[in-house]
Amino acid sequence: MGEAAEYAVKMHHVTKTFGKVTANKDVNLELKTGEILALLGENGSGKTTLMNMLSGIYFPDHGEIYVKGTEVTIRSPKDSFALGIGMIHQHFKLVDVLTAAENIVLGLGGKATVNRREINQKVSALAGKYGFELDPSKKVYNMSVSEKQTVEILKVLYKGADILILDEPTAVLTPQETDRLFTVLRNMKEDGKSIIIITHKLNEVMAISDRVAILRKGEYIGVVSTAETDQAQLTEMMVGRPISLEIERPAVQRGEKRLQVIDLTCLNGDGVKALDNISFEAYGGEILGVAGIAGSGQKELCETIAGLHPSIGGSVLYSGEHEGVPVQERILGLKPDEIVKKGISMAFVPEDRLGMGLVAGMDMTDNVMLRSYKSGKGLFVDRKAPKALAEKLIGDLEIVTPGVETPVGRLSGGNVQKVLLGREIACQPTVLIVAYPVRGLDINSSYRIYDLLNEQKKKGVAVIFIGEDLDVLMQLSDRIMVMCGGKVSGIVDPRKVTKEEIGLMMIHAEHGEKLGKNEEVTA
Amino acid sequence: MLSTFFVAAVLAGTPLLLGALGEILTEKSGNLNLGVEGMMFMGAITGLAGSYYYEQGVISGGGTPSGFVSAAVALLTSFLAGACGALIYSFLTITLRANQNVTGLTLTIFGTGFGNFFGEYIGQKAGGYVAVTDVTKKAFSSLNIPVLSDLPVIGPLLFRYNWLVYFAVVTAVIMAWFFNRSRVGLNLRAVGEDPATADAAGINITLYKYLATVIGGGICGIGGMYMSMVTTSGVWVHNCVSGYGWLAVALVIFATWSPARGMLVALVFGGLTVMRMYVKIPGLPAQIYDMFPYIATVLVLVITSMRQSREHAQPKSCGLNYFREER
Amino acid sequence: MSSQSTQAKEPLLRMVKRDTISVKKAWTIRAAAFILSLITGGIVILVLGHNPFAVYVSMVKGAWGSKTVTYETVKIAVPLLITAIGISFAFKMKFWNIGGEGQILVGAVAAGAFGLFTAHIFPKLPLVILMMLAAIVAGGLYGLLPAVCKAKWGTNETLFTLMLNYIALAFIKYLMNGPWKAPGSSYPKIAMLVPGARLTKVLGVHWGWILALILVVVSYIYFNKTKQGYEIAVVGESNNTARYAGINVGKVFRRTMFLSGALCGLVGMLQFAGADYTITEGTAGGVGFTAITVAWLAKMNPFGMLIVSVFIAMLERGSNAIQTQFKIPASAADVLIGIILFFMLGCEFFISYKLIRRGKEEEHA
Repeated sequence: MGEAAEYAVKMHHVTKTFGKVTANKDVNLELKTGEILALLGENGSGKTTLMNMLSGIYFPDHGEIYVKGTEVTIRSPKDSFALGIGMIHQHFKLVDVLTAAENIVLGLGGKATVNRREINQKVSALAGKYGFELDPSKKVYNMSVSEKQTVEILKVLYKGADILILDEPTAVLTPQETDRLFTVLRNMKEDGKSIIIITHKLNEVMAISDRVAILRKGEYIGVVSTAETDQAQLTEMMVGRPISLEIERPAVQRGEKRLQVIDLTCLNGDGVKALDNISFEAYGGEILGVAGIAGSGQKELCETIAGLHPSIGGSVLYSGEHEGVPVQERILGLKPDEIVKKGISMAFVPEDRLGMGLVAGMDMTDNVMLRSYKSGKGLFVDRKAPKALAEKLIGDLEIVTPGVETPVGRLSGGNVQKVLLGREIACQPTVLIVAYPVRGLDINSSYRIYDLLNEQKKKGVAVIFIGEDLDVLMQLSDRIMVMCGGKVSGIVDPRKVTKEEIGLMMIHAEHGEKLGKNEEVTA
Repeated sequence: MLSTFFVAAVLAGTPLLLGALGEILTEKSGNLNLGVEGMMFMGAITGLAGSYYYEQGVISGGGTPSGFVSAAVALLTSFLAGACGALIYSFLTITLRANQNVTGLTLTIFGTGFGNFFGEYIGQKAGGYVAVTDVTKKAFSSLNIPVLSDLPVIGPLLFRYNWLVYFAVVTAVIMAWFFNRSRVGLNLRAVGEDPATADAAGINITLYKYLATVIGGGICGIGGMYMSMVTTSGVWVHNCVSGYGWLAVALVIFATWSPARGMLVALVFGGLTVMRMYVKIPGLPAQIYDMFPYIATVLVLVITSMRQSREHAQPKSCGLNYFREER
Repeated sequence: MSSQSTQAKEPLLRMVKRDTISVKKAWTIRAAAFILSLITGGIVILVLGHNPFAVYVSMVKGAWGSKTVTYETVKIAVPLLITAIGISFAFKMKFWNIGGEGQILVGAVAAGAFGLFTAHIFPKLPLVILMMLAAIVAGGLYGLLPAVCKAKWGTNETLFTLMLNYIALAFIKYLMNGPWKAPGSSYPKIAMLVPGARLTKVLGVHWGWILALILVVVSYIYFNKTKQGYEIAVVGESNNTARYAGINVGKVFRRTMFLSGALCGLVGMLQFAGADYTITEGTAGGVGFTAITVAWLAKMNPFGMLIVSVFIAMLERGSNAIQTQFKIPASAADVLIGIILFFMLGCEFFISYKLIRRGKEEEHA
């Protein structure tokens, strides 16, 4: 091939819109041959969309792409492979009923027949070269998450890609697996491969990359050499303001105990313990933050308390009052409607807004009555009150919508979340559980959500806030519960610990025990 | 007695096998085409019409029609008719993203009408009814293979069928090989299981879906041609496919989407449809036999869903249309 | 320069989902598709050597030209409409009930059990009520079975309900040949319902048509105004959201499928006691399938189903006229219905999406 071009990939003035949403606006990106470039940005900053245009999933509206020095047109994933580009998606793209090796050779040219022994041997050899352990004849549906990721990476290597794109590869990995992955990435760099790693984790950026390119709200901010930068500068570029975000934490007298969770244990869909002896308490007038890497049991925790996920042990006690009468109930095992019938007003804003919290195809009125339509006697639904409430929410929360009759699926992410949170708050809860409430939202909407949560706290509501951004969690929460692998590593006072300490607790359950115990004493 | 029952079962099972093979190929691409009955009707009339017009053309030219050519014409026309039906279905569901169930049912309505309409119409023109001459009838009657057909026991059991039976078996074997051993077959399975993944792997989803569905429809058409050329011996009988297309859909489920098992199940289903003439179970009325294939299929459906079997189940994306650029 | 080079690289046609479309535009597209389908049908007629206009006129006259034929047309529309309403109960929650045929048949059998064998015991009114109840319960239970399996194990309902059609059909054949065979008949058939038990005619057609119209209104109210209708809609959109809202998804499946099957079963009773007066393999006669397309084309709106089912009944009835007048086989109706449905199914794409040709920029709305 002769001399390698200086730049493996250059993207110039790339723009991509989806309907009214601009995902990428005039973005420039350059990847040098043989380097590891980190693509950094908050959730929703357009990192994945940008990379999908390199891998042929999306086609840019405007702009040019150069690969190894020549201008190219990437219409389909096939074009992308032909240029030596391989992307490892965040959501694995593997066919369940096929084996590892079959998935790896999928879509490749070659002989008309598939010789299974031959491909199994080739895959084993390739896996061995990089120190992966993998049975090439294992079916994907029998695999663990990290095995699946191994298959994904081998798939790309097998195709001989020399430009690799990894979309948040560590989100699902344990620390040890992450270390192993980074070793492999460095080996591949030694081999002369050019790598883009998409992430929003600063420590990983510092650990693995040569240079860092930053996106913010779909726009290209700049690129810096990792050796010449630090986390503070990167944060500033990523978030767009010099000092870290100031979020108010109003001082409120802690109220009564609203929720007590004792030794809660449950399994996930694959029969693995997703929650392992979780115990904590939530009080009125405080925000309890929940931190942890994605998939540490946060989703199961919310859904088990809300009556949507079965548990295999433990208990959840609620105490509050209903129309002036004290209510004390064991709510574990009750279905959502049974919880309501007991006079418990517990609100839950799930992570999957349009897939669980709302009905995308229905208008605001019908969505607002989703949790309350059963109230009132008779066969018929009353749409008058919900409609009035919907109109009130539009005014109070500044929801941008053509009207109450517009299906909520057509609204922007921030407005969807306002509808959902607005509805949940409207039922005047005593406990409010919110899961990743600002994911994918712009800064303004995010701040509006923080304000709403603080208002609830001031009203004496027990707020449980599942978050992913540690900075936000540390500024907003009164206490932070850190989860790791389905266990509680500890409950800490964010005013007394550092971000690094919480980070350590997120990956080592044992680490938090000392800190956590200390906190129990002071609390 | 038992051997004649076996032979009758094979003969009755062959059109089911063909219909099921076409549908297996279609469903492997993620398209649930409920138009099998319609496509079989289309194949039934066009196959018959093809042979009929070929013969009439040759005879009016003063020549003698050839059985071989007549059979080839029937094969080709029925394949094309089934493929055309499937092409309409493909265009509507793949390109225009219409609902698969509704489109398939519409194809059944259309195809049933198409078959009966042209059957009667050609019959009217022919002065009563359409029927092919003895030359073509002979081409679709049982073969006499030298040596093999004369073997004792095995000969009558295995080597004295009409050529479509062997055609169906060979198609099933090729298809089994295709899904398990060939690269294109592997790609096709990926398309039906998980089109987004197949797409990301650079497989042309649209092309695969179109080809599998259209060829599958063609095979269903040949299955229909069997009904008009063999089952009713080259005479158009109103409503001659009468539910065989649906039975073929049942067969696909019972065979758990495997062409190889399909052969066995076709024999069983074929046997059940003719059983009343050969085996009498005291106290069990003959018509109840007709229920067995469907009841058995329901049981297979329920059991596989209870066991949550991932492999012996319908391809995962079946019934859902796939589009890439959506957010 | 850059914008020009980008345009050259775009694929020839791109599809973009429309945000909104005006009601007028949507109906223009539908009307255009309908006219195109009639033209396509006309070309087929032309190829067969007939004048398409004359044939179409003859079809309309054949369906509405006299009192007698109008009665016949209504008689075809009634089962189609009620079955479509029944089917739409299931389809609204994305439960693909294609077992309308079977549910009609078991409804007819249940009605027959009373109508054929207890007509000498009960007076007409209680007998008719009994037949109705029996048909509703039988059809409902037949619809309930796949719903139970779906709720419990996730059994594929499309294939399950499809199979149930043929089990019911085989059962009727068994009754015709065996236990219910009309005494003295040389070939298998079931006896006729005695005239005293047949449904009363109102304005020339059995009162099923009044029931159908009532059901249009009632089902519209049920879907749009009641809690149960709301639950169906939520379940149809997302099972997860339904669980979150405290809806028992399995219960909604079961309840709604019972109603869906019950309405289809009722059709079986109307066909038996109001139209055919006996039960044959043709009692359902494809109504269960055609009704699915009726419900779909009407987008599950009962008033829309009223229009579509009357239209399809017109085609079916009108095809008899063209058979006598032009010697065009009556099966032409199915071909024409098929063509029209193909076009109507296809045109929905152009309502949800718009195509952008290469070089044409998306207008900034």
